[in-house]
Amino acid sequence: MWKFFHQLASPPHFYRLAAVLSPWLAAPGIALIAYGVYAGLFLAPMDYQQGDAFRIIYVHVPSAYLSMMAYMIMAVSGGIGLIWRIKLSHAVAAAAAPLGAAFTFLALATGSIWGRPMWGTWWEWGDPRLTSELILLFLYFGYMALRAAIDDTAKADKASAVLALVGVVNVVIVHYSVEWWSSLHQGQTLMKKGGPAMDPAMLYPLLAMILGFTLLFGSLLLRRVRTEVLFRERRTRWVREMILSPEGS
Amino acid sequence: MTDAHKEQPSIFSGLAATARRDLLLAWKRPGDVLNPLFFFAMVCTLFPLAVGPSAEQLEFSGPGVLWVAALLATLLSLNSLFGSDFEDGSLDQLLVSPQPLPVLALGKTAAHWLTSGLPLVLVSPILAITYRMPMSVVGVMMLTLTLGTITLSLLGSIGAALTVGLHRGTALLSLLILPLAMPVLLLGANTVSLAAGNDVYTTGIWALGAYAIASLSLAPYATAAALRISNE
Amino acid sequence: MCPRNSLPSATECKLLTAKLSAANLTLIRGERCLFEGLDFALDNGGLLLLEGRNGCGKTSLMRAIAGMLSLETGEIHWNGVPVLQQRQTFHGELVWLAHRTGLKWDLTMVENLKFERSLRRQSDRDPEEVYAKLGIERLKRLPLRSLSAGQQRRVALARMLLADVPLWLMDEPFTNLDREGRKLVMELVEDHLGADGMCVMAAHQDVEIDAPVTKIRMQ
Repeated sequence: MWKFFHQLASPPHFYRLAAVLSPWLAAPGIALIAYGVYAGLFLAPMDYQQGDAFRIIYVHVPSAYLSMMAYMIMAVSGGIGLIWRIKLSHAVAAAAAPLGAAFTFLALATGSIWGRPMWGTWWEWGDPRLTSELILLFLYFGYMALRAAIDDTAKADKASAVLALVGVVNVVIVHYSVEWWSSLHQGQTLMKKGGPAMDPAMLYPLLAMILGFTLLFGSLLLRRVRTEVLFRERRTRWVREMILSPEGS
Repeated sequence: MTDAHKEQPSIFSGLAATARRDLLLAWKRPGDVLNPLFFFAMVCTLFPLAVGPSAEQLEFSGPGVLWVAALLATLLSLNSLFGSDFEDGSLDQLLVSPQPLPVLALGKTAAHWLTSGLPLVLVSPILAITYRMPMSVVGVMMLTLTLGTITLSLLGSIGAALTVGLHRGTALLSLLILPLAMPVLLLGANTVSLAAGNDVYTTGIWALGAYAIASLSLAPYATAAALRISNE
Repeated sequence: MCPRNSLPSATECKLLTAKLSAANLTLIRGERCLFEGLDFALDNGGLLLLEGRNGCGKTSLMRAIAGMLSLETGEIHWNGVPVLQQRQTFHGELVWLAHRTGLKWDLTMVENLKFERSLRRQSDRDPEEVYAKLGIERLKRLPLRSLSAGQQRRVALARMLLADVPLWLMDEPFTNLDREGRKLVMELVEDHLGADGMCVMAAHQDVEIDAPVTKIRMQ
């Protein structure tokens, strides 16, 4: 078991493994998303309250979920890199950040578009989830800015890992404080939790989309880590040998 | 040469010495303490100028404006927390001292709060009165500012430690700290608003207190780790 | 004495029995490899001299010895235990005379030294005697900014002399000092080594110190 992890953490091994794995995640991911889009747009019934506008949740919910998942991946792999000094782990954190920020932005954009017919405004400060998501986007910006500001990669890795870990604690506090805050101002949350059970015809496409987005995210992450590994190891022999070898990449 | 029976100075001695030294430095350079205070007062002046002097509006926006101004003033003062120590090499000396680094970081943060947070708390009533805040609410505001600035100093020390020695660290520091500071602002300002509206406001006080205690127990470790990383 | 699972080689074991030792140190900063496979051992009364031009990694090696840099490979041992596992204890055994003095310009000499006293175990030396020896006894109440660079250097030396530690780390100790000052530093180091102390010194000048010297020539 330990040998397996040790091997996994070795950059050349991971580089090759990720290349094999990435399409195997992408293919079912795209298939699931295709089903989800079709079923979500055409098969699922109209919501009796929100009309067709509700269909944006098929993008919004998976993005919002991945925005947090990516932050967790970033923080956990940063922490692992910090404690056990695994370089690959830092590369994963570095690769996850822009992806997470992109999904956060997508969640914000879809949330705002959904808000237009629902609330009559593009942005509703009273909604706790949108506000938390916005703060999460700022946390991503801070993380990426810190990485960009430090020239030395090893130092940037460790410093940003500390920031990500502090950020994780903060995300929890943000969540609860924003919830409290919006309850003060009669937040008009329409997407309540514990509401009436969803019609299976609505639910299955959503589950498919969540799973599809996750697989696609995994595939993209692997691709980004590959690039990151290649850049970080550009001085090493295995990279040179690989590039000079007749098969090329 | 080494006398095995002689002990290193205790951690309390290290804690007190770092705090005392920074207070002494602040005493010798009062500008560093006063500038953020002037900034605080000026930001509080900007709002009536921008939105008009109507009493109703000022009363309504007072808690929020005071809190935003306090947050920005704290940010302004954070840069010097480790900056000058980095430049003259005394940060390196702290890193090789036989005292635990989190304790020294806590000592420095305590001095920072005493020279930035506490003066803000003490000056805030004057500005609150110009915003027509009733006296009963001023007390609540001072309490929230006390608890909040403690948390801000501690969170800020992490950011300051992460950005120490970087070019253009000031802008970056704000970018790192503001999202972390948002819950503090949210809790603080809304608690004061609740008090102003004669509502129950104790939840916010408890939450701010819990946040302050949590950061007091965790932030020094993060700051110490960040200092070691920044100075590699 | 050899905290490893595999049996160490004879040279490794010899290195580990020394008071301060290092094996197979490699440090990469950014794109540059500053040193690779570096070994050394230092015992009581010995001087380790790091030589080489500016920017060759002397200061980095010094910082690595002080436990402030993470190395690519290798470990530094103090009393046979890796420095990073006993950082606090180890820091109690050393004083670092860095390139930047680490003294506060707005504080007086006495205030600066008082701060140091609260952090680190002090020797039995009489402070007044130390000040007199360094020729700074009349500067006690002046803020450090009004002192010349050489005088500030002497205050940093006073801080080193007053600490009760066996290991002195001296990064370019002769900077800003006149001929007389340089001689004084060499005498102080000789006395320290004579009293079973140890010293690691980075210098690009010639050093005349009567003690067992190990030299590391850095590229």
